Amino acid sequence: MLYSLSSNRAGNVSLGVGIPPYIASWGGESLAYSEGDPYTQHGRSSVGVNRQQNREREAIIGASIVRPDAADKVRGEAKFVDDLSFAGMLYAKVIRSTVPHARITNLDFSRVCKHAGVVCIVTADDVPGENIVHVIYDDQPALADGIVRYIGEPIALLAAEDRRSAERAARLAIIDYKEIEAVFDPVAALKPGAPVVAVPKVVEQRPNLFNAMHIRKGDIEQGFAEADIIVEETYHTGYQEHAYLETQGAIAVPEENGAMVIYGTMQCPFYVQAAVAKVLDLPLSKVRVVQTTTGGAFGGKEDIPSVTSSLAALLAWKSRRPVKLILSREEDILTSSKRHPSIVHYKSGARSDGTLTAVEVDLVYNAGAYQTLSSAVLWRGVIHATGPYRIPHVKIDGRSVATNTVPCGAFRGFGSPQVIFAHESQLDRLADGLGIDRLEIRRINALKTGDRTATNQRLGKSTGVMETIKEAGKRIRWKDRLKSVNTFNEKSVYHRRGLGISTVMYGVGLGGKAPFLDKAGAYMKLEADGSLTIAVGNVEMGQGFTTVVTQIASEAMQIPMNRIHIAPIDSSRVPDSGPTVASRGTTMSGLAVINAAKKLRKRIAKVAGSLDITEEEISARLNEIAQAFWMRNLDPAVEGWAAGAPVSWNPETGLGDAYFVYSYATHIAEVDVDVTTGEVSVEDFVAIHDSGKIINRQLATGQIEGGIAQGLGFALMEEIKERNGELSVKGLTTYRIPTVRDVPSHAHVDFVEALYLKGPYGAKGLGEVPLMAAHAAISRAVAHAINTTITSYPLSPEQVKRNVALS
Amino acid sequence: MKIELIVNGKQQELDSAPGETLLHLLRRIGYKGVKKGCESGDCGACAVLLDDRVVNSCLVLAAKADGHRVTTVEGLAGQDKTGELHPVQEAFLEHGAVQCGYCSPGMIIAAVDLLAHNPNPSDQEIKEGISGNLCRCTGYVKQIEAIRIAAEKMRKSADV
Ligand code: FES
Ligand code: FES
Repeated sequence: MLYSLSSNRAGNVSLGVGIPPYIASWGGESLAYSEGDPYTQHGRSSVGVNRQQNREREAIIGASIVRPDAADKVRGEAKFVDDLSFAGMLYAKVIRSTVPHARITNLDFSRVCKHAGVVCIVTADDVPGENIVHVIYDDQPALADGIVRYIGEPIALLAAEDRRSAERAARLAIIDYKEIEAVFDPVAALKPGAPVVAVPKVVEQRPNLFNAMHIRKGDIEQGFAEADIIVEETYHTGYQEHAYLETQGAIAVPEENGAMVIYGTMQCPFYVQAAVAKVLDLPLSKVRVVQTTTGGAFGGKEDIPSVTSSLAALLAWKSRRPVKLILSREEDILTSSKRHPSIVHYKSGARSDGTLTAVEVDLVYNAGAYQTLSSAVLWRGVIHATGPYRIPHVKIDGRSVATNTVPCGAFRGFGSPQVIFAHESQLDRLADGLGIDRLEIRRINALKTGDRTATNQRLGKSTGVMETIKEAGKRIRWKDRLKSVNTFNEKSVYHRRGLGISTVMYGVGLGGKAPFLDKAGAYMKLEADGSLTIAVGNVEMGQGFTTVVTQIASEAMQIPMNRIHIAPIDSSRVPDSGPTVASRGTTMSGLAVINAAKKLRKRIAKVAGSLDITEEEISARLNEIAQAFWMRNLDPAVEGWAAGAPVSWNPETGLGDAYFVYSYATHIAEVDVDVTTGEVSVEDFVAIHDSGKIINRQLATGQIEGGIAQGLGFALMEEIKERNGELSVKGLTTYRIPTVRDVPSHAHVDFVEALYLKGPYGAKGLGEVPLMAAHAAISRAVAHAINTTITSYPLSPEQVKRNVALS
Repeated sequence: MKIELIVNGKQQELDSAPGETLLHLLRRIGYKGVKKGCESGDCGACAVLLDDRVVNSCLVLAAKADGHRVTTVEGLAGQDKTGELHPVQEAFLEHGAVQCGYCSPGMIIAAVDLLAHNPNPSDQEIKEGISGNLCRCTGYVKQIEAIRIAAEKMRKSADV
């Protein structure tokens, strides 16, 4: 197995076999591990690589290269969507439903039309194509057609000459409703006779069951019969709002020949392209989507940009002018998709030695009024419900349910944090019940290479979960720290300390639920001066994708990073490359870039040969070679392609290879709980990740630090209450996210790199994992401190005080 | 109404409708580096220096700024061709303090203000200095570090 344990300060320390195999040979076949047997490929190809080259490459892959997009950002010159304007541009405002479930009986826009500056109004009747926001299932109308199903649902649109007129005019709309009985609680919504929320064509079972999924492995009865201890509990989590600093927005610009161009803040340009084409009844080739600098996304800009872009496009189509639609913070919080509130019932059994024998889980996710991404979110929740542990007997049932509430969608972790909260709590309770150390019980059950997951997938070589547990334990000095925590608690009256550990696994990419989306293209052009233009189809949203792709291209092409430019993301430049979600950007686009580089290098090597330029000189003399391309009319452009390794998962049994590879992490948190105020502060934090090869250490560390903060928010403070379909928060005053005062004062972040030989230079995904592990480590630490079972989030001071009283 | 502002050293005479915020006005006249995150004073993305004090420009009426100096993030770097970065900008750039970058302009302005009044802040003081600025991406770790490094650099160059 290839492991390298790396340190924050120095370079990489290899613990296992040999050097990380960065293989590149000009004109050769062996650039990445995407083909053939990776091991023989490694052995064969590394021979031809000289030491000097190795050292230079080492300097690129794994280095903390400063991100090229940071310069514009610190100067205030980066162009986010609201910073752009076009000649003749109008400003849009959405007129939204104020009731959770009703028939619209009358729309009166006469006063709206008379307002100065108003240019155009669009209702469902105007939609030229299908009145649908295409995401996965086609159930969500772009504009409500007769019925509204949640508060905030778009009913009509207006465009005006300026923002103020648009806002004022929108308030003059008169909408009459005949209210229909509504249902807000997912359990109530499943009962026979419950009000029907869901559009009938997208339910598995009436009245409101959107999706049902299950896994059956082994014999659950037998598994529990073999157990010496069984614990059972129900866990609840609420909404989490992304609170990206830049709100949702899009500009639609009509172009010649009936084409439409969309500029916007987004994760998935190809989703937007499909959605706009559908609503305008245009061929896909007439819709071009350009992603603008995106001010955070975290999953929240997976589905909603299809909505905002479709709405802006409808107005642009009708008015024949560019239209800008930017959501206010209030509008964004009230109407954009969020993390699904969950009810997770969990039963687990273990032998007296701590080995797990059986896990049975029933999870219900409140999906809101429309499907959007719920089926995919639920799927990830179901697959991840058992955690990174070896369990012979598994029974999992998941349901996502329609209610008259805001539709939920993707949020970092994508359906997994809810079950992680449960599986980590359960494991601690088993450990406590059996008198086994809580770190130890994770070691006892952690999956290893060759083990089978809950879906019966055999794990490959890149399975570093055990190493994350060991390393995290070592860093915090687990045993000593437990002692010092106990000593502290013996003496202290008003403060209590706790230590929490959480271990997670994460299936990289879209896996068996949507294998057709796991692909990516890249376009690469050698310019006449030897610089390189690259276009890819996944996006930068702050996570550092552009930098990492540039590093990969630099490595694969053996040219310096400053000679490489990644073009703005534009759907017309590359084939559909799937969404930028599921921590898949680096892996998929990285492989596509490597694939393109391989082709281009072959051509370059040929031309170099004809110029008597030796292999070693190619990088330095690339401009001469590029000139020769130009003079001789040779084709200097190539396309690269990557398709995810095949998965084979059976939806009937829930068994099979769910994802092509998994990333892992272990986090440990030490908290201090003020038992009188209920306030929790995170005193120390260790995060150890296995995401395969880390391409850029500084960016990866930054991702983890940010994920820890979001996880902390989820566990301790972020809260939205829902009453009769109405959300309790209206902005960032009432929706509190972590400030600099709330985050841990210390966080030790490091990596164990169980190389994934089919990924770009051994990399797997990272983006979502830190949030997934962090919240559970923190909540487990609180539970430890106040010696209680915690069953719901967030652990606000009031909740902590309640728990203290119960303990 | 007519108001006069000195924005990043440039004197400007401007029309402003009653009720217009400084944030809106600055963006309207092209200072797009001033970001809008909430318009309720919660996020700090719109922070600018009003004379020598950091303010959330979404909470300041444009009329109130009449006759004052305003510094936006665009005014921090050298205004000549080289456009040399302010030490705080440079430290943010080099030390991984920027991810999506939407909070960066406000955060940098807050840090510049902090260091102007306190050239040698403790970590606790740095935290206080940016406690009005939300960042959803970084977890603040690298921002604190960058401010610490910028402070050191500025002190050194003040010494010579
Ligand atoms: S926009 Fe001014 S504080 Fe958020
Ligand atoms: S870098 Fe994205 S909000 Fe701070």
